[in-house]
This record gives sequence, C-alpha cells and structure tokens, in this order.
Amino acid sequence: MAEGKEFFRWVEAKYTNKDIDWKKAEVIAAGVDVGSVSSQMVVVADGEIYAYSNTRSGTSSPNSSNKAAAIALEDTDLKLEDINYIVATGYGRVNIPFAHKSITEISCHALGANFMYGPTVRTLLDMGGQDCKAIRLNDKGKVTNFLMNDKCAAGTGRGMEVISEILSIPVTEIGARSLDIDEEPPPVSSTCVVFAKSEATGLLKDGWSKNKVLAAYCLAMSNRVVDLLARIGVEKDFAITGGIAKNIGIVSRIEKLLGVKALQPQHDTQIAGALGGALFAQALWKKKRAK
Amino acid sequence: MITAGIDVGTGGVKVVIIDGSKVLSKVKVLSDAEEAMAIQNAFDQAVSEAGISKDAIETIISTGAGGKNVDAADDVITDITSAAKGAVFVIPEARTVIDVGSEQSRAVKCNESGDVVDFATNEKCAAGAGAFIEAMARAVESDFEKFVSLYFDSQKDIPLNAQCAVFAESEVVSLINSEATTADISRAINRSIAERISSLTRRVGLEEKIVLIGGVALNKGFVDALQKFLKTEVSVPDDSIFVNALGAALHGQERS
Repeated sequence: MAEGKEFFRWVEAKYTNKDIDWKKAEVIAAGVDVGSVSSQMVVVADGEIYAYSNTRSGTSSPNSSNKAAAIALEDTDLKLEDINYIVATGYGRVNIPFAHKSITEISCHALGANFMYGPTVRTLLDMGGQDCKAIRLNDKGKVTNFLMNDKCAAGTGRGMEVISEILSIPVTEIGARSLDIDEEPPPVSSTCVVFAKSEATGLLKDGWSKNKVLAAYCLAMSNRVVDLLARIGVEKDFAITGGIAKNIGIVSRIEKLLGVKALQPQHDTQIAGALGGALFAQALWKKKRAK
Repeated sequence: MITAGIDVGTGGVKVVIIDGSKVLSKVKVLSDAEEAMAIQNAFDQAVSEAGISKDAIETIISTGAGGKNVDAADDVITDITSAAKGAVFVIPEARTVIDVGSEQSRAVKCNESGDVVDFATNEKCAAGAGAFIEAMARAVESDFEKFVSLYFDSQKDIPLNAQCAVFAESEVVSLINSEATTADISRAINRSIAERISSLTRRVGLEEKIVLIGGVALNKGFVDALQKFLKTEVSVPDDSIFVNALGAALHGQERS
C-alpha cells in the first residue's frame, strides 16, 4: 500500500518465470494493453507466460507502454528488440511506438481468458478501469457476442477508486470490508459515483458503518453488472477479468445474483488483455514466418 | 389564505410563503449535511420575513428530492407537479418547463392551468445536472461562478465524449494538457450538459413557451448553449430557483 492518503492506489505487479530460458524459445511474442487506468505487458515464450507487468497508466499512451515494457523486462536479460512480434490493445492501442499491430481489447480479453481459465469459459465479464464488458466466447477463445458499458463509472475500476477516496478506505480493502457486516443492507438508490458523496455522507450520518455503506455500494454495482450480463445471457463456465475481479465483495455478490460461481484465477486478472495480445502476436508471427 | 411551499433540493432548501397570489416571502438556505436543520431555519426565516405567525399558515406543501422529510408538511408533491404549477404562474404562456437542479433535471409539458401533461427525467446520474458542472469546475481548479461565465470567452466547439462526470473529469484533464483554455473547457462543459438537456426536452416535445428553472438556469452560458441546441428561445424567470417552492405553495391554495 502506498503511503499518504492515496486510498485509490492498488498494488502494481511484475512477474518473471525463471524456469524458462527465453534464448531457447522458438517464438517470443508480447502483448501490451494500455488502458485508461492501468497498463500491462505480457511476454510469452513458445506459448508460456515468461514475464509480465501490471502498472498504473500515465498521461500519455506511449509513456504508459514504455513503462509497462520496462517493468516487464526489468528482471530479465530480454530486450524489446528480441521480441519477434508485439500486439497492442486497450484504449491507447493505436499510439504504441513499438507495437507491430493493434487488436481490440474485446478480442484480446477473450483469448487471454481462454488461456488463463481454460477452453471451457463461455461467458467472460471484464471489469476494467473505465468500462465493463460482458463477452460470450467459444472454446477457441473467439468472441461470439459482447455488450459493453463505457458510459458510466458505476461498476468500473475508476468508480471504485472514487468510492475508496470518499470513504477513505484503501481500494484493495473494499471487497473484504463490504463482506464484514451483520446483515446485507439494501443497495444504494443511485449507482452514480458523483452522487455517492452525498448519499454516503447521509448513510454515515444515519449511523451506518463504513463497511455497511461499502456493502450497499458493492451490491448496487453488482446489480448493474448483472443486468449487463443478463442481457447477453450467461452460459457456464463463467470467469471475471480486470481489476475488480480482485474485489471479493463484488465477485461474491455477482456470483450470488447469477447463481453461478466464477472460475478461480491462476494469474493476475488484470493481465488478460495483454496476454491475449501476446497470444495473437505469437500466432501472427508464426503465420508471417510460414510465408 | 396563507400557504407555504418548501422545496428541499440537494443543493438547498427553498421556502415561499404566499397569501392568495401575493408572495409574502421567499428564502433559500444552503443544505449542508444537516437537512432537518436547514429546513427548520429556512422555514423560520420565511415566516419572520413574511411578518406573520406560524399559525396563520393554513397549509404547508413540500416538494423536491427531500420533500418527504418535512415533518410539518400537510402534503408532499413531486417536483414535476410543483415545477409546472410554479412556472405557469410566473410565465402564464409556459407550456414546456425545463428544471435543471443540482442532482436532477426534468422536462415537463403542461397546460394553461399549470397541470402536468407529460414529463421526462434524467436517470439517477450526474450527467445532465448541475453536479456535473461543479465536478468539472473542481477538475480545472477554477472558481465555480468564474468557470461558468468563461463560456462566453471561447469560440471553440470542442466535443466532450464522456457522459459520466467521473470519466469527463479525466477527459477534461487531458484537454488541459492539450491546448484547450479554461474558457474552451467551460464552453465544452456547458454545451455537453445543454445537449443532454436538449434531448431530454425533445422527449416531451417542444411547445412554446419554453421556460427554464432551477439553479443551473442562473448559468448564462448554459442558457445560451441550450437555446442553440433547441433552436428556439428559452425564458428564464426572475427567481428561477424559487419556482418549485412557489408551485408547492400554489398547490396548497388549490388544495384547501
């Protein structure tokens, strides 16, 4: 946790698989996902995750992608030039200096989730920094249908960051604290994050604990997301990616509302887009080489 | 007969006391965290300014987002009813009333008696309400009054993509990092809200005269932008913020 009063700060991460010797790999491919709130880079060596980073986005997409790349490669002797092919995805994907191609984040998330959770995933919920997507996919990780909310901060990472600041509670603690209550309260009347300030103040004044207010928010946000999922239809298996997949308060409420359990993640849920990008990059390189 | 209307909005409490069709007093008190206190203060002040005793008030009608929290009220009416009633009283030709408040906005179609014919409201969201402009003024770290008036200093029409105030804040920050001036941003924000209110109003139809009330009506840049989007004139009555409270007081007159 960062010092000071930056309650919105979440934990940045990096990973290197020391068991892999990239020099022996036939294909080294990477995906870089520059989102509105976070940026990631994933490097795959012959279809296995070799290294990744998960960082906060800066003001410009090129800077965010450079930062993500520098951190991902920090503990390796691999250089950007050693990577055969790089795919960019996410909100800032058209503006990445070192990428060979850009692919939409919907496609990348589906392929990434197919790898992370296995080929049984048919419904994917990606809860990103500034949007929320319900994606249906086949056993190859190919998108068959999707719905997206990018109009409203409710149910997005940015929305959660604002709530954490309003209540002075670290964003990473919201989920657990929202479950630490005697009884589930009714959801807040408005999911609007801008109105959260007056509503939360009112509830606290009425004697609600901060945990209870968080529970009411998590429930309202979950209701909203479940509406989006219901519109596209939920087929098992179900999985969640993105930063809010780490929020147990949201995940458990979505599961309860849907009556379906989400698959357990084996990797950082925020890397799904970059991972999908890396897998696309690998396939594109192989195709190019075969010519 | 003396009646009182109390409009408990999210931005403040407004009280109007009337005798028949004569306004005796009107008072606005900003509502901080203590809404009950603000209601009491506004009411006491209005009674004292009217120069009457509390017992002289025959009927008290409340309205607004917190209308149900007025214990002394004989009846509670919606802000749709009070907006139509009050607007037609101050501007008898009013047939479309647009009320843009701090957290809610609505368009009401009404008849010559001030009765509601049709209405549309924004969803429970700050996009399209005064809170949106306040959030943006904070984002550019500008004084609110100064920020809205800067609208007239810009000629640029920069489109704002984000609807959500939270997302618009990041968009405004990137506008600041590009070449946009605070005036350009003020214009962009006012136009963005005006466009949303314009489409809300079109849902009930544009019947003349169109009257704009609520706190955001005081923002001249917004009024100018709204007129451009609606392609017609919009009248703003004096004391536009008291129209709902007045409408509630008038409702009290009819009720008795």
